[in-house]
Amino acid sequence: MEHTSTLERVLRGAALALVVIFFMFPLFWIFMMSFQTNETILRIPPSIVFEPTLSNYAALITGRLETAAGTLEINFLRTLWNSVFLSVTSVAVALLLGVPAAYAFARHKFRGSEDIAFTLLSFRFAPPLLVLLPLTIYFQQLGLSNTYFGLVWVYQLICLPLILWIVRGYFEDISADVEYAYRIAGHSWFATFRKIALPLAGPGIAAAGLLAFIFAWNNFVFALVLASADKQPVTVGALAFVTASGIQYGQIAAAIVLSITPTLALALYAQRYLVEGLSLGAVKG
Amino acid sequence: MTAAATARARPSGFRISKRVLPYVLSLPALLVCIGILIPFLTAAWYSLHRYRLSQPWGYKFIWFDNYAAFFTDPKFWNTLQISLTYAATTVVLELLLGLGIALLLQKRTTLNNFISIMLLLPLMTAPALAALMWKLMTNPGFGILSYLAGLIGLHDFRWASSPSTALFTVVLVDIWVYTPFIMILLLAGLRSLPTQPFEAAALDGVPRTFVFFRITLPMLTPYILTATLFRLLDSIQQFDIIYAMTQGGPGDTLTVFQVEAYLNFFQSTNVGRSAALMIILWAITYFLSNIFIKNWLRLRERARGNG
Repeated sequence: MEHTSTLERVLRGAALALVVIFFMFPLFWIFMMSFQTNETILRIPPSIVFEPTLSNYAALITGRLETAAGTLEINFLRTLWNSVFLSVTSVAVALLLGVPAAYAFARHKFRGSEDIAFTLLSFRFAPPLLVLLPLTIYFQQLGLSNTYFGLVWVYQLICLPLILWIVRGYFEDISADVEYAYRIAGHSWFATFRKIALPLAGPGIAAAGLLAFIFAWNNFVFALVLASADKQPVTVGALAFVTASGIQYGQIAAAIVLSITPTLALALYAQRYLVEGLSLGAVKG
Repeated sequence: MTAAATARARPSGFRISKRVLPYVLSLPALLVCIGILIPFLTAAWYSLHRYRLSQPWGYKFIWFDNYAAFFTDPKFWNTLQISLTYAATTVVLELLLGLGIALLLQKRTTLNNFISIMLLLPLMTAPALAALMWKLMTNPGFGILSYLAGLIGLHDFRWASSPSTALFTVVLVDIWVYTPFIMILLLAGLRSLPTQPFEAAALDGVPRTFVFFRITLPMLTPYILTATLFRLLDSIQQFDIIYAMTQGGPGDTLTVFQVEAYLNFFQSTNVGRSAALMIILWAITYFLSNIFIKNWLRLRERARGNG
């Protein structure tokens, strides 16, 4: 009995170590690569002993890449800014549209409410290109292609269903009795919504917002289809950057590190809410 | 009674606004719905046309010819086959791995909680950027994975650039990104199971394999189903990883539905065929998402404490 449990503990430990290595190694390796020059990256055999340099980050921030063919101007910070702007604006708009709707869906059973809610949910699972390809044609006609406005609007496809369904769950968790009591004391529905419902659902709304931000930031296909160079977020920009910078591998790695750090940091900060958010409210963490 | 009377005595058109209010609140969301339904219907309409952006004069209503052409089109069968293979392989492997890891981390120790949080990081990495990371690691010149493959005797292992290993490579990236998704859902499920059946089984000295297959797995089934369907719906539509890694190549090795539709639209500018492909993919996902939503609703009820 004792013997098998020791063996089992060793096996479990080994399995866990393998899991951690497989999932953590790529992040670790790219992080290390971002502090190396091409010479140390191209060494055979690869080694983790090297003299760290910040030159890759410096090149990205100044926007001047030194390549074999000469100096190359590339505006990586611009794509980083695009990502920040697009994600923040999209989430703000989605919260503005989604939170009142979530409240309506949670508190009032009205005709067609479930139909609208489920139609929105089904957008989460429809192939994005089905909507995007006709949209490129419409956007060209409307003059919306390659505008922040058009992109933020399309990003609602990602943010709105997420916010609506998660926040609705949080509103449903709050007992309606408190709100009734407040209403009966003579306050308007808006005061009730603002003073009672919103603060109570506050953490849930914040969590939904963070998750929507992560999904908007990580999105690739929407901007690939609808944005050109000056409006591209990092996901698309990094790919174009690979072709542009050619063989400056350290700079590619540094660009990846800068591009994924915001979402990873937010995920760690909001990890308590991720389970519920990722399952659209079906599983509590 | 007095409360109800006070509420009724309050004037200011409260009763009318109460009926209209939910519509007013959900109107913006409704408008977005409509805004998305229009391109959707447009796509369905395009799929019934001969429509090439390069030959606008050839635009013509042709009923279901785009769909009929698929039957004799080997490229379409290739797309269907590769999409289904990709989805099935990733989901099965991720499910097995995710379940295994969740079982390893089931006990609430500090170390286990820390590992489960760290494992979220790949899931929060943008899939397109994850593909780029793996591209750097599998570079034939300096990639660490190419080097390691060489150490175990695979000197000419060309990862995503060889047709024979391209699928393996993108599946590997998919596993890296999405296994944590299944893991985190199943871990939450495992930890929410009632403890009595397990205590009773331990008292009676029931063998652990029996407990696993007869108690744990059946109780975990709704979680497994939700996680699997969630992944299946995403995986059959995979675009980011494949496009960022190989653009569907080499050749047409990895032209899954969305990649093929994208290439059809932007490279061969064949809008009709592209739209028909998307409608077929939509039909598949619609069927799957209906099963998903039923199961998901049941879980959601349980999470809200009514199940």
